[in-house]
Amino acid sequence: MRSMWARPVTKIAASAALVLLMLLLPLLNISIPGVFPGPTYTPGTLQLLAYAMLIAALALSYHLLFGLAGMLSFGHALFFAAGAYGLGIVLRNFSPSWLPAGATFVAAILITVLIGFVLAALVGSVSLRVTGISFAMVTLAFAQAGSVVVRRNPGGQTGGEEGLTLDVSHVPDDLVGVLNTRNLYWLSLAVLVIVYLVVLWVEKSRAGHVVAATRENELRVRVIGIRPYLVRLLIFAIAGALAALAGAAFLLLQSGVSPRVATPDFTLTLLVIVVLGGVGLRWGAVLGAIVYTLLDQRLTALAGSEFIAGLPDLLRIPLSQPLFILGTLFILVVLFLPGGLAGLTKRSGRPHRPSRRGRERMLEAEEI
Amino acid sequence: MSTIVLLLITGLGLGALYFLVASGLSLIYGLMGVLNFAHGSFLTIGAFIGWEVARRLSDGSWWALAAAMLTGAVVGALVAAATEFFLIRRLYNRHIEQVLVTVGLALASVALFEGIWGTDPTYVTSPSWLGQTTEILGARIPNNRFMLIVVAVLVLVAIVLFLKFTRYGLIIRAGVENRLMVTALGIDVRRAFTLVFAIGGAAAGLGGVLASIYYGYVSAHIGGSLLIFAFIVTVIGGLGSLAGAAIASVLVAVLQQFANFYLGGTGDLAVVLALAAVLLLRPRGLLGAKV
Repeated sequence: MRSMWARPVTKIAASAALVLLMLLLPLLNISIPGVFPGPTYTPGTLQLLAYAMLIAALALSYHLLFGLAGMLSFGHALFFAAGAYGLGIVLRNFSPSWLPAGATFVAAILITVLIGFVLAALVGSVSLRVTGISFAMVTLAFAQAGSVVVRRNPGGQTGGEEGLTLDVSHVPDDLVGVLNTRNLYWLSLAVLVIVYLVVLWVEKSRAGHVVAATRENELRVRVIGIRPYLVRLLIFAIAGALAALAGAAFLLLQSGVSPRVATPDFTLTLLVIVVLGGVGLRWGAVLGAIVYTLLDQRLTALAGSEFIAGLPDLLRIPLSQPLFILGTLFILVVLFLPGGLAGLTKRSGRPHRPSRRGRERMLEAEEI
Repeated sequence: MSTIVLLLITGLGLGALYFLVASGLSLIYGLMGVLNFAHGSFLTIGAFIGWEVARRLSDGSWWALAAAMLTGAVVGALVAAATEFFLIRRLYNRHIEQVLVTVGLALASVALFEGIWGTDPTYVTSPSWLGQTTEILGARIPNNRFMLIVVAVLVLVAIVLFLKFTRYGLIIRAGVENRLMVTALGIDVRRAFTLVFAIGGAAAGLGGVLASIYYGYVSAHIGGSLLIFAFIVTVIGGLGSLAGAAIASVLVAVLQQFANFYLGGTGDLAVVLALAAVLLLRPRGLLGAKV
C-alpha cells in the first residue's frame, strides 16, 4: 500500500492534469483517426466520449463490489437501469409547484440516487445471505426480474420494449439537444469524477478496509468480532447508488433509455470491462471502460465497412460481430493477462506485482 | 379442474427443459465448483446443428427428429468437452477466472451464432403429432409436453444409473463429496471433469433440440434465456445435487405456469420471489450439502 501512495503529490497533480485535459477537450480540435469518429469538438465524438465516461463511472461502482469487496455480482445492471428509468419516471411524475424548475431537476436526481441506494439495500439484504457462486446466481435472478418488469411496462411507466424517452419539461435547457452535447459531456465528466472520489473515499474508509479484509479472509474478520454482512450490505448499497447516478446521467445523455441496459447481458459487459482493465484497480476500471467503449464503437463501424463485406464467409461472419471479437479478447485476457490492461502498463515499473496480486485477489475471493 | 391439469402438465414439460439444462450445471458445479455461463451456448449450438440435420434429412419425420436429438446431444457433448479441455482446465482451481472464461465464451458464441444463423428466430417443423393435443381429464395438452417429460425422465434415469453403477460414476460421486480425498487415493479426477462436462453438454444439447420444439423456433438467445432459470433451479435445488435439480425444476416450472395464469403473467417474478424465500429460509437449497 505504501509504495502505491509513495508520492501522493505527483499522483494528485497527474490526476488533476488529466481531468483538466478532459475538461478542455470540447474546446480543442484534436483528431485521432481510427479512435474517434471526428475532431474532439464535434457532437459525435463528445457523445461517444461522454458515453465512455459514464460506462467508466458504472465500472468504477462495479469495482467497489468485485474489485474491493470480492463480491461477484451479476445484477449490477439493475441499479444502472433503476437510475436511468428512475430519473425518467421521477421527472415525468414529480413536479411540485413550490419548487423552482432547476431545484426540481436536482431533487429528481437526488431521489433517483436514493432509489438506487434503497433498491440495492433491499436486493443486497436477501442476496448477501449467500456468498460466492450462489450470490452470483441470486443477483443474476434479481437482475432478470428487473429486466422482466421493465419490459412488461407496468402502468405505462417504462415504455416496454420501446424504452422510455426523456421528458424535458423539467430539464434545464442547457442539457437538451445535440447543440448542448458539450454540456452533457461536462456533466458526464463530473459524474465520473464524483464517482471516482466516492469510490476512493469508500476504499480508504473503515468500511472499505473491513470489506477488503473480508475479501481476503472472512473467518479472520469474524474472529475479530466484526459482522461482514452489514459492511458488505453498505458497500453493495453505495455501489447501487453510484450506478443509479451513472444511469441518471445516461438518461440525460441519450435523452432516453432502452430495456437493453436492464438485461443481465449488460452486467456481463460490465464484468468484461472491469476484468479487461484490471481487477482491483480503480484506474483499471476506468481504462477498461474507455477501451471497451471505443473498441465496441470502432468494431461496429468496421463491421459495416466494405472491406469486411468483401471477405469470405469464414472471416466475414466472426469479424462482423463486435461482441465475438470482444468476447474472444476477454477470454485471452483472462487466460494470459490476469492483471488486465492496467497490469500491463504497470508491469514495466514493478515487475509482475499487480498481475500476481490480481490473481491472488481472485483466488481469495472464491474462497469466501 | 381441466385448467389445473393443463397447467400442471405444461409445467412438467417446461420443468423437463429446465432439468436438462440444470442437471449438467449442477453436476459441473458439484464436482468442479465451476459456474458454467457457457452452458446456454451448448444448448443453442445443439439446437442449431440438430435443426440443420433434421432439415437436410427430411422435414418433420420422426426419424429426422431422432437424428436431430442424437446430433444435438453429440454436438453438445463435444463442444462442452472441448470447452473443458481448452479453457477450463488451464485455470484449474481458479474458480472466479473459470466463471469469467465461460462468460466470455457465452458472449462470443452468442455473437457468432447471430453471425451465422442471423438474429431472427428460425422456425422449425416437427412431426405433426407433436403439434396436436391430447385430452386428459378435459384438458387439451400439447403432445410435445409429453415427449419433453419422457425424454427428461429418461435422461434422469440414465444419469442416475451411470452415477450409481459405473466406475466413472463412482469417481464423480466421490469427487462431489470430497475431491481432495479422491485425488489423494491416486485417481485422476481431471478425466472425470471432462466427462462431467460432456454429460452436461449432451443433456444441454438434447435440451436444445427439445427447446426448439417447445418454442417452435431456434434463436441465438434460446440458451441464454433458459440458462437463467436453470441457475435459479440449481440454487433452489441445492448446488451439486441432481435430485435437488430434478425436484426444483418441476417446482419452479409449475409455479411459473400457475403464476402466469392466475396472477396475470407474473411467472418470472414469482420464481425470483421463490428463490428469495428459499434463500431466506434455507440458504443451501432443498437438497444441498451443508456449506
